[in-house]
Amino acid sequence: MQFDSFAAFLDMGGYAFFVWLAYGVTFGSLGILIIHSLGQKRRVLIEISKKIIREERLKESRGNKS
Amino acid sequence: MWKWLNSYADPERSYNLAGKMLPWFACLAIALIGVGTTWGMLYAPMDYQQGDSFRIIYIHVPAASMSMAAYMGMATASFIGLVWQIKAADWAAASIAPIGAVITFIALFTGAAWGKPMWGTWWVWDARLTSELVLLFLYLGVIALYASFEDKVLAARAAGILAIVGVINIPIIKYSVEWWSSLHQPATIKITEKSTMTGDMLYPLLINIFGFGMMIGALTLVRFRAEVLARNGMRPWVRELAKAEAAK
Repeated sequence: MQFDSFAAFLDMGGYAFFVWLAYGVTFGSLGILIIHSLGQKRRVLIEISKKIIREERLKESRGNKS
Repeated sequence: MWKWLNSYADPERSYNLAGKMLPWFACLAIALIGVGTTWGMLYAPMDYQQGDSFRIIYIHVPAASMSMAAYMGMATASFIGLVWQIKAADWAAASIAPIGAVITFIALFTGAAWGKPMWGTWWVWDARLTSELVLLFLYLGVIALYASFEDKVLAARAAGILAIVGVINIPIIKYSVEWWSSLHQPATIKITEKSTMTGDMLYPLLINIFGFGMMIGALTLVRFRAEVLARNGMRPWVRELAKAEAAK
């Protein structure tokens, strides 16, 4: 262990602002990317299912006219 | 062999294969980045000149090197898609682009946050930094081109050509610190000779580089699966999945 205490770890030898800024932005943007990527599949499938419902409705209304 | 390989270009098979590979990539990524970051932050010795600010290296170097590796992956996929007309390769390229853009942004941002305390400036217009910024714009260009055509076969062709032409930027980034004088230091990790870094500092760095690679792989698989579904909405197996998802 390189740090004597938790406070020393947080202080990063006086470079706390820069080190934690770098790590914060990195894991923050990775988190957003991961959540967005995981949600993509559901969004795509919902979009497709809406299309299916639209198509079926179209077919029905065509069938009623004739 | 071609016949065997081509069977994996089938959308349903590539979708299922990606699903099988995903947990391996994801678990390896989490384990490696967890170990590498903890080791680097807590146990790696302090740099005698830079103090603890050097600990930014454990995300900066993995992000920077993987931003180039991801670009090569994307350009290779685009090339395969263009030459052999394999749509799954085009979809893979389209899946990598946004991930590469985020990784490149991380490389630039952590570089700035490291540059401020060490060089006294967030940004300089020198060769390494500028060429890495060009890489970010190349990724954004590929994303924008792919998004701007309704016909995705055409979109993949346009974005693919840009991706392949952009490969010229990769050696420029790599050798910029040797060709031009720069504030940025030259490479520390060397493959052919001994690295100019002690093992206690180097091993967590190598672990994190590998971990970032696995993470990019895992995210590519996740996005690839969604892309396969989006491009095959008319196929019965995708429609079944869509109906099941809507029923939830």
